[in-house]
Amino acid sequence: MASEGDRRAGLEVDEPRRSRILGGLGSVEGPGGAAIATLSTIVFFVVVGVAITHAPGWHEVRKTFFDWGEFKSSFPEVARAFLLNCKIFSIAECFILAFALLLAVLRSLPGPVFFPLRALAIVYADFFRGVPTILVIAILGFGAPALQVSGVPTSTTLWGIVALVLVYSAYVSEVYRAGIDSVHPSQEAAARSLGLTRGQTLRKVILPQAVRRVIPPLLNDFIGLQKDTALVGTLGAIEAFNQASIDTNATFNYTAYLAAAVLFVAITIPLARFTDWLIARDRRRLQALGAFA
Amino acid sequence: MNAAAALEIEGLRKSFGNNLVLEGVDLSVGEHEVVCLIGASGSGKSTLLRCVNLLEPIDAGRIVVAGQEITRRGVDVNLVRRRIGIVFQAFNLFPHMSVLENVTLAPRLALHRDRREAEEEARELLGRFGLSDKVDAYPDHLSGGQQQRVAIVRALAMQPRLMLLDEVTSALDPELVGEVLDVIGELAAGGMTMVIATHEMGFARDIATRVCFLDGGVILEQGPPEQMFGSPRQSRTQQFLQRIVSAHRL
Repeated sequence: MASEGDRRAGLEVDEPRRSRILGGLGSVEGPGGAAIATLSTIVFFVVVGVAITHAPGWHEVRKTFFDWGEFKSSFPEVARAFLLNCKIFSIAECFILAFALLLAVLRSLPGPVFFPLRALAIVYADFFRGVPTILVIAILGFGAPALQVSGVPTSTTLWGIVALVLVYSAYVSEVYRAGIDSVHPSQEAAARSLGLTRGQTLRKVILPQAVRRVIPPLLNDFIGLQKDTALVGTLGAIEAFNQASIDTNATFNYTAYLAAAVLFVAITIPLARFTDWLIARDRRRLQALGAFA
Repeated sequence: MNAAAALEIEGLRKSFGNNLVLEGVDLSVGEHEVVCLIGASGSGKSTLLRCVNLLEPIDAGRIVVAGQEITRRGVDVNLVRRRIGIVFQAFNLFPHMSVLENVTLAPRLALHRDRREAEEEARELLGRFGLSDKVDAYPDHLSGGQQQRVAIVRALAMQPRLMLLDEVTSALDPELVGEVLDVIGELAAGGMTMVIATHEMGFARDIATRVCFLDGGVILEQGPPEQMFGSPRQSRTQQFLQRIVSAHRL
């Protein structure tokens, strides 16, 4: 045991900068550590499981939320409706990435000439970050089709997507801006000194570095976007949340909501883990270069 | 004014806020001349170079490069910069590009050179400075000396008429300084017109055709290196060199 302890201590000396916080689930060190972690995990969940299932009212909870028969019968329909969430998310994401980048670039334009554009970008970000998403969805989704002006689309789902793009672009443009600001001014000086124009410098030197740095926070915002596609359901589109509501209204059993939740989680958790992995990888690279500053 | 001058600076003034850095600098650099700027930190050497490359707007005075006044209103700064190469203390290579991409970026975008042509020339230049095996490497994987040599090649790829070197060895480990100075020596031997801000007095003595001592925002004294380092006339110059000698830098 003593020798194993020494070895583990040695491991820690070899990797002194390994982060326990960002290491996530991966910070179980050595074979002994893995055994202890497994054992403590089993004990912990058995105790929690027993405590929950023996609590008063557990029977009712299970019948209302965890009814296997209900789950099986509602799942296919909810899953089919969830495809609409995926569609909303995918379309919105493409437009958000492009529109937010445009906003961030507008905001980074220098000089007095561009003041109106900078001001516009700032007002935009302030406004759409300040208004509740569901309000924007309601205003556009119910309001725009109600105009009954020819040429204005009447699809509520379309307007729901527009609302999500407007709101999320405000957040994502701030993420881009942080990335642009994080590129050292000496990079711009180097590019301009070679005779590149402002636009060429932005495209070839600043943005590639900026975007690479903000990929983890960008993904974070998209996890939020995936969840918020459910808000479009308030306009009447039959997406996962709305379909689940229809099922629960018919049966007074809420397991269908759980089916919807499982579907959302099945998409967002892998993305969250992927984001963690990207962050950890960037960290390792920086450490390998000894340039942690 | 000397019509053959590669660079002519008249009454250049530059301040940052209340801090007056250059208080009227006059300097004329002939073709194929190598002028070394020496002086204490904060004496304005770097600012002077950045002004010549139009990276800093000037407050007063004028700068003429090869007969064209570049500080006049309406001058295309991009065209001016393409003819003037500058190398920075901190290399400032583009970290997301390979060495070859670093060197070919400006020729391709600013001079609209064909990719293959630009790459061929870049490989040749890199080979000339002993960097053939680093063509596909990324800056992070190079030593400081190698990075600075790549930065010099990157500037040379634009075929500048004038090179500005801003304390290019100050960020290097002592054992890496030599390889960079060798490159600069080679450029000087090839007839490149250069203005070099430096703390390497031994190097300045060997390479410069003229040495300028910057103090109090003006060029206090200038002359051939033998005279500047052997028998400086101004007491401020004497004091500065005395400090350098006692710090074993000469």
